[in-house]
Amino acid sequence: MRTMIRLAVAAGAAAAFAASIGAALGESTADEIAKYREALQDGNPAELWEARGEQMWKVPRGPNKVSFERCDLGLGPGVVKGAYAQLPRYFPDAKRVMDLETRLVWCMVQQQGMSEADALKNTFGNGSAKRSDLEALAAYVASQSQGIRMNVALDEPHVHDMYRLGEKMFYYRGGTHDFACATCHGDDGKRIRLQDLPNLTKVEGAQKAYTTWPAYRVSQGELRTFQWRLNDCFRQQRFPELAFGSDASIALTAYLAGRANGAAYAGPAIKR
Amino acid sequence: MNTNRRHALKTGGALSLLSLVAAAGWLKPGDAAAADAWNKSAFETHSLDETMKALGGTSPVPSNDIVFFSTPDIAENGAVVPVGITSKVPQTESIAILIEKNPNMLAAVFDIPPGTDPSLTTRIKMAQTSNVYALVKANGKYYATSKEIKVTLGGCGG
Amino acid sequence: MADPMKIRANLVGDSTEVKVLMSHEMETGQRKDAQGKTIPAWFIQKVNVTHNDKVVLAAQWGPAVSKNPFVSFTFKGGARGDKVKITWVDNHDDSRTDEATVA
Repeated sequence: MRTMIRLAVAAGAAAAFAASIGAALGESTADEIAKYREALQDGNPAELWEARGEQMWKVPRGPNKVSFERCDLGLGPGVVKGAYAQLPRYFPDAKRVMDLETRLVWCMVQQQGMSEADALKNTFGNGSAKRSDLEALAAYVASQSQGIRMNVALDEPHVHDMYRLGEKMFYYRGGTHDFACATCHGDDGKRIRLQDLPNLTKVEGAQKAYTTWPAYRVSQGELRTFQWRLNDCFRQQRFPELAFGSDASIALTAYLAGRANGAAYAGPAIKR
Repeated sequence: MNTNRRHALKTGGALSLLSLVAAAGWLKPGDAAAADAWNKSAFETHSLDETMKALGGTSPVPSNDIVFFSTPDIAENGAVVPVGITSKVPQTESIAILIEKNPNMLAAVFDIPPGTDPSLTTRIKMAQTSNVYALVKANGKYYATSKEIKVTLGGCGG
Repeated sequence: MADPMKIRANLVGDSTEVKVLMSHEMETGQRKDAQGKTIPAWFIQKVNVTHNDKVVLAAQWGPAVSKNPFVSFTFKGGARGDKVKITWVDNHDDSRTDEATVA
């Protein structure tokens, strides 16, 4: 009985809300959501991940007891300032184009002596019971590129190839829903419910989207990296799971990061 | 609801009386409120009346001197709803946030000692679209204002 | 052990503006896990902020305060170099105290 009443109340409220949104859809709704997002900017819990990542960066880790201060993100061992703005890049020591997360895993395995399985444990965290070192490290490293312009070396041949591959994947339709990234992110004005979807085929759309990841997702209470973003897009498209650090994930990252070139990095951000 | 009331009665006596008076530090402002026991009964209430009773107060007077700021009309996600409250009621001693349609109504009580601006921001969870009350205790009396905040479900973000 | 808080205390005119982020699950006790078992409530119940040992804000919270809580407020006075100390206690009697220097 109580449940029924509650349901009826909820349904009534939902209907009233839907009606009010319907009536107000357009500027006032968009304005209020913009206000909501603005109010969140002051005090971004991503800072808690950044702080944990910074701590982790400096501490000897793994069987070899080596800290990340020996890890070269492309600007020299231990240099984090501005590193994220130039990733993905080609690393001759690994003979691979790598994004930030993939490079962090490489340093954990090659320098710190961890097994790949250990390094890839908890790639995506879930609460205090399953915390992700990678998410904290990525938050810290990315934060050190704040205000620095994205500058992915698209003229480097390996990166260029990855960029082209990523572009192809972006438009490639497949899966049970015959979806491509471009299905949702190829036109202006698309949205899911009230959520505007960035048009990633436009430079400003790609810039705004890419430069705000990693981000604290309030819906999850977690800091999420770009690997997570792509992984979840694949899930939503009903594609096979995107393997963490795979060439497919790096190609898409290279494409989107490359298209963001020229924009100042503005993350880690806070998103709904 | 009945069980809650019975619980409150059963745990009556000196301790409970003290905790009701001390209700979330509604004793003397800044008087080591943190040392008071957490006011369990106040955080298990389901209506404004119940909450007021648990806080040891009477019905609040509607007041235009309490203002929401940086508080949007629509929250994109109910898990994190930014709320800012300023009280211009003289001698404000504390500010509480109540959410009408949450499973439990009282979200937070902040004691404002002399010297601290009666103005703060925080973030609350809302189960659904609801009225949110800003309840102020000033000079022993209660004042309140309310605002409806709509909660939406979003898409996939980006 | 709980992670450190992130505290900012900045002198603005003749007042000190305090902003704090706390690392905490703020589990409501209303959610269920994948197996359908209720996830027990786990949340900060009390917060105390002091400036030079004087309480400048004291709070009691229920589980409706958001995960990884944020609070900002301002108190009169304060000088560069002063300490602002914040303590929280949760319903597991776990607690954490951190300090920031007024800048």
